[in-house]
Amino acid sequence: MANYVAQRLFESLCVLLVMSFIIYFLIGLMQGDPIDAMLASNPGFTAEDATRLRALYGLDQPLSQRYWNWLRAALTLDFGYSRTHQVPVFDVLLPALGHTLKLMAFAFTLASGLAITLGVFAALNQGRWVETVINFIAFAGISVPSFWFALMLIILFAVKLGWLPASGMETIGAPASFFDSLRYMVMPVATLAIAYNGSLTRYTRASMIETLRMDYIRTARAKGLGPRAVVWRHAMRNALIPVVTVMALSFGGLMSGALITETMFAQRGMGKLIFDSIIGNDFNVALVALLFATLVTLMANLAADLLYAWLDPRISLK
Amino acid sequence: MSGVSNPLIEADSAPIPDAAISIWRQRLSRLLANRAALGGGIVLFLLVIFSLSAPLVEWLLQIDADRADLFLRYQPPSNEHPLGTDEAGRDVLARLMYGGRVSLSVGVIAAIASAFIGTIVGVMAGYFGGRVDRILMRITDGVIALPLLPLLIVAAAVDLTKLGIDPEIAQSGAASFWRMVVLISLVLWTTVARLVRASTLAVIGREYVLAAKIQGASAFHIMTRHILPNAVSPLIVACTLAVGQIILFESVLSFLGLGIMPPAASWGNMLTNAQELIYQAPLLAICPGLLIFATVISVNFLGDGLQDAFDPKSG
Repeated sequence: MANYVAQRLFESLCVLLVMSFIIYFLIGLMQGDPIDAMLASNPGFTAEDATRLRALYGLDQPLSQRYWNWLRAALTLDFGYSRTHQVPVFDVLLPALGHTLKLMAFAFTLASGLAITLGVFAALNQGRWVETVINFIAFAGISVPSFWFALMLIILFAVKLGWLPASGMETIGAPASFFDSLRYMVMPVATLAIAYNGSLTRYTRASMIETLRMDYIRTARAKGLGPRAVVWRHAMRNALIPVVTVMALSFGGLMSGALITETMFAQRGMGKLIFDSIIGNDFNVALVALLFATLVTLMANLAADLLYAWLDPRISLK
Repeated sequence: MSGVSNPLIEADSAPIPDAAISIWRQRLSRLLANRAALGGGIVLFLLVIFSLSAPLVEWLLQIDADRADLFLRYQPPSNEHPLGTDEAGRDVLARLMYGGRVSLSVGVIAAIASAFIGTIVGVMAGYFGGRVDRILMRITDGVIALPLLPLLIVAAAVDLTKLGIDPEIAQSGAASFWRMVVLISLVLWTTVARLVRASTLAVIGREYVLAAKIQGASAFHIMTRHILPNAVSPLIVACTLAVGQIILFESVLSFLGLGIMPPAASWGNMLTNAQELIYQAPLLAICPGLLIFATVISVNFLGDGLQDAFDPKSG
């Protein structure tokens, strides 16, 4: 077990290393560099200034040399400064991460709660209209482009009805309150949750249907247990094992979802930070933020496998 | 029991091609009996017709989908512009039709390309086993663990001229189209790789494969003739479902301004300015998204129906 975890952690490190290399090169191949951005914002700069600055920041060196320098600094936990914000990378990253984790946690709870309920009801009502409706909801969640869904929510609830704020994180000028920030979370959480609810509902339904065919369920029924006890106490436990795994696996995917949601609702989270830093040539932030997103996904995958082995005694980890 | 022939004997004596046709016929009839899948297929067919008729509509209405006319911005629906005009005065209907071509062809081409990569990886891993299998599957696991959307955004922001591609070509519409196809297929092959590997492992020890090996058949011959035919049905299902996923990726990248570049229309890039448009022209924000949604949900219903048709025990 400990061996297995150690091996997986080592593999995760390798993936991170390869990723840092790939992302560094991709970023190096992007249009413009930080000096171009400085030149654009400061007309007083001459070509000599640009050359001097490139040399000062080491941007005149070949890409591989620059990557090596970055890696050596990164190993001492020095990730450099954010160019746009003029502060160390982690000073930008950590508050954004806090917001995104909050968003993900809300959406995750909502989506899983809904998915388990809907999935079980669909499985219990096979062939009836309830199942058709739930199936349609699930497929709609998988198929809707979430950026567009966000737009539709904004049109309906912010523009037409005026119930919720269209974007942002709190009312500017108003005293900070929990209720106020909650109002700003409703639409982002709904957008993020709807996408994850779909596939989880389908998994729960399939898993429940399969479990209900098991012999021990027939035994439980035969000994006279009521349908409620059979489903929620006996079948549920086993049906949820694969679902829990899928939940953990999709947790990493929530990161990609958060990127869209936060960009649409102008919230300062990891997703928006990644997008803005890529577009704004803020290389140091983009690189670390992307690696962080990868790390979250890798850890979620590891958690999924460990959880699976822990929940299902038939599985053993080599 | 007279008059009822033994199905086993009949199956034995029937020529093999007939048996092969009949299983596909059974699958087709199961598919047609699935109302959601049938509906999805019909909607997709109509969407293809819709996209293909773009030049016809341009000709009928005497318009050009790419021509901007700033005096005709945000026109309400009229005879000349059935769905009105957009922020640059271009006809919305014609652009939706051209956008459909882009979205559908990116979806189909990238799905086939990623299935191709996945098939090669999967069959190699399953056939050769051992170290080849370990390395290929580690790579697959690694790619699965990547946060796809952020990675695609970085890759899509790469300046092709820095790769030594002629600026003329790098800035053309075709380049942004093929860039989408290449990027998406480079990250979405993992599902197929796992499926094909599993199908390969399921038959690799069978007698007919061993017989072919003993007769001296090449690895390539065994893979293409004896192993891959077993993977056809999961491949078709995976490919269909991938089309939906790819259309979603393409639309979000184009929406963010990193996918299909204007003036070429795609359903995603028609929504790029939608966030400012929701107050002035909500229709412009609604239509392209509705088409993406209709396409993807139809693809998913069809894919799900195919899965049930191929494997009646599932679902």
